[in-house]
This record gives sequence, structure tokens and C-alpha cells, in this order.
Amino acid sequence: MTDLPAGQDPPFRLSMLVRDRRYRSLTIQAGVFILVMLFAAWLVSNTVENLARMGKTFDFGFLGNRSGYDIPFSLIPYSSDSTHLRAAGVGLLNTLLVSALGCLFATIIGVLVGVLRLSSNWLVSRLMTVYVEVFRNVPLLLWILVIMAVFTEAMPAPRDYRPAADGTASASMILFDSVAPTNRYTSVPALRVDHDPGPVVLGPLSLSAPLLAFLVALAAAWLIHRWVRARAQARQDATGIRPVTWWITLALYLVPLIALSRLFGLHLVTPELRGFNFAGGMNLDNGFVVLLLALSLYTGAFIAEIVRAGIMAVSRGQSEAAAALGLRARPIMALVVLPQALRVIIPPLISQFLNLTKNSSLAIAVGYPDLRATLGGTTLNQTGREMESMLLMMAIYLALSLVISGVMNVYNASVRLKER
Amino acid sequence: MKTTVFLGTVAAAALIGGMAAADTLADVKARGVLNCGVNTGLVGFAAPDANGNWSGFDIAVCKAVAAAVLGDASKVKYIPTTGQTRFTALASGEVDVLARNSTWTFQRDTDLKLDFVGVNYFDGQGFMVRKDLGVTSAKELDGATICIQTGTSTELNLADYFKHNNMTYQPVNIDSNAEGEQQYMAGACDAYTTDASGLAATRAAFADPENHIILPEIISKEPLGPAVRHGDNNWGDVVRWTLYALIAAEEYGVTSANLEELAKSSTNPEVQRLLGASDDYGKMLGLDKDWAKRAIAASGNYGEIFAATIGEQTPIGLARGLNAQWTQGGLMYAMPFR
Repeated sequence: MTDLPAGQDPPFRLSMLVRDRRYRSLTIQAGVFILVMLFAAWLVSNTVENLARMGKTFDFGFLGNRSGYDIPFSLIPYSSDSTHLRAAGVGLLNTLLVSALGCLFATIIGVLVGVLRLSSNWLVSRLMTVYVEVFRNVPLLLWILVIMAVFTEAMPAPRDYRPAADGTASASMILFDSVAPTNRYTSVPALRVDHDPGPVVLGPLSLSAPLLAFLVALAAAWLIHRWVRARAQARQDATGIRPVTWWITLALYLVPLIALSRLFGLHLVTPELRGFNFAGGMNLDNGFVVLLLALSLYTGAFIAEIVRAGIMAVSRGQSEAAAALGLRARPIMALVVLPQALRVIIPPLISQFLNLTKNSSLAIAVGYPDLRATLGGTTLNQTGREMESMLLMMAIYLALSLVISGVMNVYNASVRLKER
Repeated sequence: MKTTVFLGTVAAAALIGGMAAADTLADVKARGVLNCGVNTGLVGFAAPDANGNWSGFDIAVCKAVAAAVLGDASKVKYIPTTGQTRFTALASGEVDVLARNSTWTFQRDTDLKLDFVGVNYFDGQGFMVRKDLGVTSAKELDGATICIQTGTSTELNLADYFKHNNMTYQPVNIDSNAEGEQQYMAGACDAYTTDASGLAATRAAFADPENHIILPEIISKEPLGPAVRHGDNNWGDVVRWTLYALIAAEEYGVTSANLEELAKSSTNPEVQRLLGASDDYGKMLGLDKDWAKRAIAASGNYGEIFAATIGEQTPIGLARGLNAQWTQGGLMYAMPFR
């Protein structure tokens, strides 16, 4: 290279795209980008062409057709006359239900086990180690199948609850004759209302009126409770004496609930054997229970390790200082260590939540009708729209994961160390 | 390095993309092996024995096609498919022919782009229950929990039947017959529903078949037959006429035992044409003269196959019923070899 006067770039020549370091990386990036795009375009055109050769068109119209099959577990009204779109919706809601509950339980289990693994009690900490290692090192599908096998083989069939000729049944309900575990479902008491004024229709949504009333009452109670607390705090700040408010809080929540219960005639219905199955109560499908259990325990083991790592990342000096101030073990953990540990815990926790949500598609192994089983299973099979169903399903899981990680990122930002 | 991997991927992808050719007959001949999609395990229809050798009613179709096309009934690769994966396996070219208790329906023929070449078993959907349940009719199944293979036409029939009769039921979705058997035996469902032939086959594998009954109601028509991909008519003809050759052989009394003899001595022109003694019908299919002889020699004619795999002398014990020859009052009717 010849010497150039300082501050003056050489005139641009095409060969510099390869020879000059400043441009070379850009050239390579552009080249790779073009290749990747060409590859993607080739894949798409190849797929379209092959589909066309098989005489298949790309069309989402099938979603509006009658589905024709029944779904055993549904949160929204559904029958075999509903559309495939609604079937997919039922599946999505089932996926959301098991994922949300799974994340909740996995977090509870994970935090408890993670803290207990650091316990000074030898037996407790070793037991927790065994739990973590056993669940973390065996594939999830095996856990699902094992737990399902236990539920199917070990639990009594519903008809075992029926008294035989000599008046004794080979199985009996537990918890004061209110819960009946069977090899199909666990039948639990259900809340029923006597005077249902009918559903409240809000556009495409229809909500049960009593449920809506209870939700509104609870929300109102919570708002008033906040206001009462703020006033008590203000009084304390001004006078130094905190007024007694617990009875107000209690009344705020209890009075409307009791009143509404009387109004709607709310009561508990215990399940009873009728015909082939238990009726009256709520039948929690074994597929659901097993899947929830397996997902929670499996992910819980991972979360336990994350929690342990988070706690250990907080310097010992913190807990020693807290102890020197006279705090006991539990307040030290709750007030000093965990809040700091959360900063380390949250980011990997997001991945675990995402994993759990995606792992819920293993529901197919236990016949729980999640999105994979409805849209990606029966609908796909009965309509033969593999490409459309798969793409739609991928898009839905992607959107779901992005929402979860978005929400968790917001939470992460709120607990992050505030730098001023 | 990265470029090499990348180019390799492109080459591999191009190879896969190029494989979707439409001449299945030439593909099978070039490969030397017939890829046959079969059930994951249904005694009597398609099940491997302890040594991994497949046998059964549907397997016989695979063997006959392999014998006709490749000259060797053992040159079949059996690819087990579930109710969910079978049509995708066929559409993607993973299997050449699907002989897996699949029902010929309008939608599968048109929308799924399959071609059913014929019917090798006329079936109908039924229910199996334990005897001690005290149920004698499907109409008494209101409120029952029913095991059902997901992704099958039986799933839709079941929904229709219960809706039509104003009854409710709780479906338990299962993926394969083995899983259904396990759930049913454990009592996780009151009834198991699938094609009546499948129920008989499943019951035959139980330790206590006498404690289970198949209810008299048949709630649907289930014509089961081998299927090929839509659009390859030549290959469809090969499989169709191989099936007809088996059925026609029974009608004309051609068995695996008297096959060679009849090929030489038969004076029946239809038999002569079938066995390639007079006209060369194999050529029109893209095969040789002895194709039908080999197909029949593989496991015998339709009647022999039926008797050996699912007939009344076997544990499955199915009567010929609708599947008798048309001359015997059944529906088995081979189109004329002419």
C-alpha cells in the first residue's frame, strides 16, 4: 500500500471488496446472506412445486369445515359439529392451561427444592439431590409414560367403586368420600350453582354470569383493600400508630362472596357413580394430571438447579451480615438472599418456561388433547393438510414462546439491579 | 470448512428433492425391494413373529405384489405405520403401497390424493366390551368411556353414531392398537372400538378371549384395501390387478398347489389368460408373462390367504361373510381378465 496523506481515503475500487479488510467482512456477509436467501427460496419453490405435482394446493380453507370428531377435554363449548378452527382453539387453550399450571407448579417445586438442597440438614439436602438427578437425567417422555402406566394400572376402575353383591366395594373414595381417583380420571367435587341467570355474551366471548360476578367482586375487594392499606399507611406515617384494618380486609373479601353464593345458590357437588362413570363432580382427566405432574416435576428439577446457582451466586457476606444484624434463617433467605438471587435466576428461568411450553406437546403420549393432538393430529389426518397444519402449529408455538419470553423479559427488567 | 458443509447440505437437499419421481414401478424395480406400509402390529393382518418375520392378511398383499414385480415374495421392506402416519408415509414416497387396514372413503380418495386399488376386506366398525359389564348392545353405551385410535375414520363414525343416537361418551385417544389393548385391559375404557376384524384380531391375542364380547352393532361400512399414490396410474394398475389375480384365482379354483399344473393343462380361457398360458397380459402391466403365477404362488389365492391368516381355523376366527366370492353370496368380485 502506498502512503497516503493522513485523513484521506483511497478512491474506492471494486477489488477492494475482497482485498481491503474494511470491506471484506461486509462482502462475505452479503455473499452468505444472498446464498442463505437463495437456499430458502429454493426450498420454498421446491416444496410448492412438489406439492403441486402431487396435486395439493396450499389452502387454509379446511379450517372452516366441520371437524367431525369429539375432543375429550375442552375449556370452551365444542362438539363434532364445530369447525377445525375451533378444534385448534380448544387444543391451544388446553396447551395454555397445562403450560401455565406447569410453569406455576414447576416454579414452586424448583424454588423449594433449590433452597432445600442447600439445607444444612444432611438428609433433606441429599433427598433433594436424588430428586433433581433422577428427574433431570431421564427423558421426559419416559417420565410421562411411567406416571401414566402407574395411573392406569394401579388405580381402580370406576366400576370397582360399585358395591358388589355382598355390599362391599373393592375401592372406596378418599378424603371424606369426596374424591375418587380412577384409572381414567380423578373425580373431585365441583362447584355448581342453582340459579344461573345464563351466560353474559361479550362479542365472540360468552362468560358464565356467576363466574363474572365473583371475578368482579374479587377485583373490587382487592381495589378497596389497596385503598384501605394506603390510608392506613398514611395514618401510620402521620401519627406513628397503624390503625387495625384486618377485620375490614376480611369483611371486604368474605361478605360479597357469601352474599353472591347465597344469591346464586352455590354449593359443592360430590361425584357419584352413575352408569359407567362418575358424574356430578368434575372429572380431571388422567392424561391432564399425568402430563401436568410430569412436566412440573421434570422442569422443577431444572429450576431447582437454577435457583441453587442463583443463591450461591449471592456472596456469603450478605447472609453473614444479615445474621449479624440478628435476622433468623428464614428472613435472611426471603429478604436478603432471594431478592438478589432473582437477578441471576430469571434469565435461565425464561428458557425453562419456554421448554415446558414446548414439551407440553408430548401430550400425545397420554391422549391429552393439546394443540399438537387436535390441529397437528386428528385435523391434520382427517383433512390431509400436513403442510398447512404444521406451519400453523409452528407459528402458534412461536408466537406463544415469544409472548412468554417477552413477559418474562419485562419482569426481568423490573428485578434487575437498578443502576443510577 | 463452513462452505463445504453448506454445499453438502445443498447437495443432499437437492437429492431428496429430485427423488419425488412419478414412476413407482421403475423405482421399485431399480431398488429391488418393495416398500410396503403396514400396521404396527395387528395379529392376523400384519404382525411380526418372534424372529421378526412379518405375516398376515395384509402382508400377503405386499408379498404378492413383490412376487409379481420383483419375482421374489421376500423382497419386501415392511414399514410399520400408525393411523396417524400412514397417509403421510404414502404421500411422501416412503412407502410404495399401503396395505394397512385403511378404509376407502370419498375424502381420502379425492382430498388426500390416494388411490384405493380395490377392497381386500369388507369390514364395519364395532365395539368390544368385557362380558361382566352386562352390556349386550351398543345402544346401552350411553356415558361410557371408549378407547379410539386417533386419526382414523372410526373416530368420525363414533362421533356420528353417538350424536345420531343422542348418547354421550368420553373418548380416550390412543395412538396404536397395542396402546388401545393396554388401556382396554387395564379398564381405562369401557369399550374399545375399531373395525370388527381388528377387534376379533385384538381379542384373539388376549389371555382370556372368552371374557370379552363384540357387540352386534356394526356402525359403519369399512371397505379396507391397499392404496397407492394418486397420479401414478401404471403402478396403481399393477397393485390392482395383482389383488384381482388373487381373488380371481380363488374363483377359478387356482391354488398354490395346483398352479403349475393348471398353467399347463387348464382349458378355461380365463385361467389361461390369468396364468399367462395364452396371452401375455404381464406385458401390458410392464411385467413379464408369469407375474400372476408368482403372485398366487407367494401365499396362495385369496381364499387360501384368508383361511391361513384370519379364517375360522385361526385364533382370530373370522367367517368369510361379506368377503366370500360373489358366487358364494359375498362381495369379492374380481374384474374379468380379458
